[in-house]
Amino acid sequence: MSERMFIEGNVAIAWGATMAGCQAFFGYPITPQNEITEWFAREFPRMGRVFVQTQSELGSINMLYGAAATGVRAMTSSSSPGWSLMQETVSDLINAELPCVIVDVQRGGPGGGPIRHAQQDYFQCTRGGGHGDYRNIVLTPASSQECCDLTQLAFYLADKYRNPVIVMSDAIVGRLRETVEVAAIDFGPVPAKDWAVAGKARHRDGKRRVVDHCGDLFARYSSYQALLQSLDKRIKLMQESEVRYEDYKTEDAKIVLVAYGYTARVGKEAVNAARAEGIKAGLIRLITAWPFPYEVIGQKARQGSKFLVVEDSLGQLFEDVRVAVPSSADVGLVSILDRHMPSDGGMILPDKVLAKIKEMQ
Amino acid sequence: MSEKTEVATRERVTGRPRLLLSKSTVGFIYCPGCHHPLVARAVAEVLEELKVDDKAIGVFDIGCNSFLVGLLDIDGVLTPHGRPPDMATAVKRIYPDNVVFTMQGDGGLLSIGADPLMGALSRAEKITLIMLNNAVYGTTGGQMAPTSLAGQITTTTPEGRDVSKTGFPIHAAEMIATFKGTAYSARGAVNNPYNYERTREYLKTAFQKQMSNVGLSFVEVICDCPSNWHLSPADSLKWIEEKMIPEFPLGEFKNVDKIE
Repeated sequence: MSERMFIEGNVAIAWGATMAGCQAFFGYPITPQNEITEWFAREFPRMGRVFVQTQSELGSINMLYGAAATGVRAMTSSSSPGWSLMQETVSDLINAELPCVIVDVQRGGPGGGPIRHAQQDYFQCTRGGGHGDYRNIVLTPASSQECCDLTQLAFYLADKYRNPVIVMSDAIVGRLRETVEVAAIDFGPVPAKDWAVAGKARHRDGKRRVVDHCGDLFARYSSYQALLQSLDKRIKLMQESEVRYEDYKTEDAKIVLVAYGYTARVGKEAVNAARAEGIKAGLIRLITAWPFPYEVIGQKARQGSKFLVVEDSLGQLFEDVRVAVPSSADVGLVSILDRHMPSDGGMILPDKVLAKIKEMQ
Repeated sequence: MSEKTEVATRERVTGRPRLLLSKSTVGFIYCPGCHHPLVARAVAEVLEELKVDDKAIGVFDIGCNSFLVGLLDIDGVLTPHGRPPDMATAVKRIYPDNVVFTMQGDGGLLSIGADPLMGALSRAEKITLIMLNNAVYGTTGGQMAPTSLAGQITTTTPEGRDVSKTGFPIHAAEMIATFKGTAYSARGAVNNPYNYERTREYLKTAFQKQMSNVGLSFVEVICDCPSNWHLSPADSLKWIEEKMIPEFPLGEFKNVDKIE
């Protein structure tokens, strides 16, 4: 099926999940992602798929763990404070090697923060807010179309690596309404889930399956060291294979913007405006925030480019760019402090970014 | 009678349940006199009797109960602490024809797991919850639990549980019975053969309620913890009779075939 729809990014995420064959969704009300939960509440029962309004985000993530343990494609979605609440079980999902998709439509923080847009969960998504060594692939849509497509990709990557995949959106991308081509994308085969629990009757070999989150304790691995080695291998493989970004006019760029989500769209406008004035600007738009495109950014730095990070936070992505480039490189930041209004409705707008480009030139 | 003798005697009489593995698949051995393996045995017997052993999926919490997964030859899911009702909810919604149950301690279900418990109760999930109540946190070394008795000495109530500061033991079976979506709620013990048989019947009824899709079913089982009670296995049985059962009376608190 393929259909053109005029939908919000949040709804496009729900369509993407449906196209990917998601069988179960668990969600708790939180702004600004309620459109996702409400869509599943309305549509999934009609399709004979599972929807549960949970008692909390703890319920959401733990039901997701249970669903993933049965091997079906399953998802939850939340926004920043709810995503914080989920962190313990994200760590457990890693150890248990359970593929699943988690959507974080970012809002402001810290704490109660505003319920409107922000990009302050970068560290939490890319570095893991839970305990222990782990990494999750983090996909960052910047349009309704990408909300649909990257959610499908998220399910594929989760199955491929037996690892949770995060779709890190934001309130502006989530509430922006655009035309979307909703169609199922075939990414290729994924490994069979012969480890999943289903009751012994459903297993061809008649042997029981146990899904556990302790690794060595229940003999899934011969030792703690073996568990860590496997985890290390998984992280390195994802790092080598899954870096994704959009390269926008960076080839001859003297100043390269780095951004994701809504601020990448702002950045693109600023690049166009700069180019119109004869300034050689370009943009690296992250599609994966983890793994991070260290290599390409490092290469641009070696070619003598300056960098300007545009992000709606005090500077988190900024630190990754700093890591990617030599300490001598010039890295600027347009941050949440550069919003056009002091209220929580303030946004980073292209004119601020253009001014900074000119200043850094 | 020690647990070992009791199990051995029972095996001579009834045979060993097929589902109860003779050697645990988990590198963990229960303390002498512990009642946990007896609960595993009762569950194994009931699942076999109901002929649902190959449809059963157990969801196990963190704590001594988690190691029961090594004794029961069924599909199992181990979860972070307190969360089994959430996982069981998802598994049951995805496989409504399977028999899905949880195993938790009193701390796991009533303290850290109060949120998933309340969620499952309020949604009237068609799952069976089993709680092993030994009045302490066993695995971590005997701290005060939500079911610790007034005056009970634990490592975090060294002077005895002071109810004016720490509240009172929670009566899970009675509390769960008050929920409209609960089909069945009972409390048993395994401290003697008579109580063991009664508990077995409670477990059987609980699973039947789930299989008939009536509502949520719950069985609390009073267990001992000789290591953390600092009592011999024999004295632990006495403590159950004299202290635990008077506080936590055995019996059925709700048993309905239809919820309207």
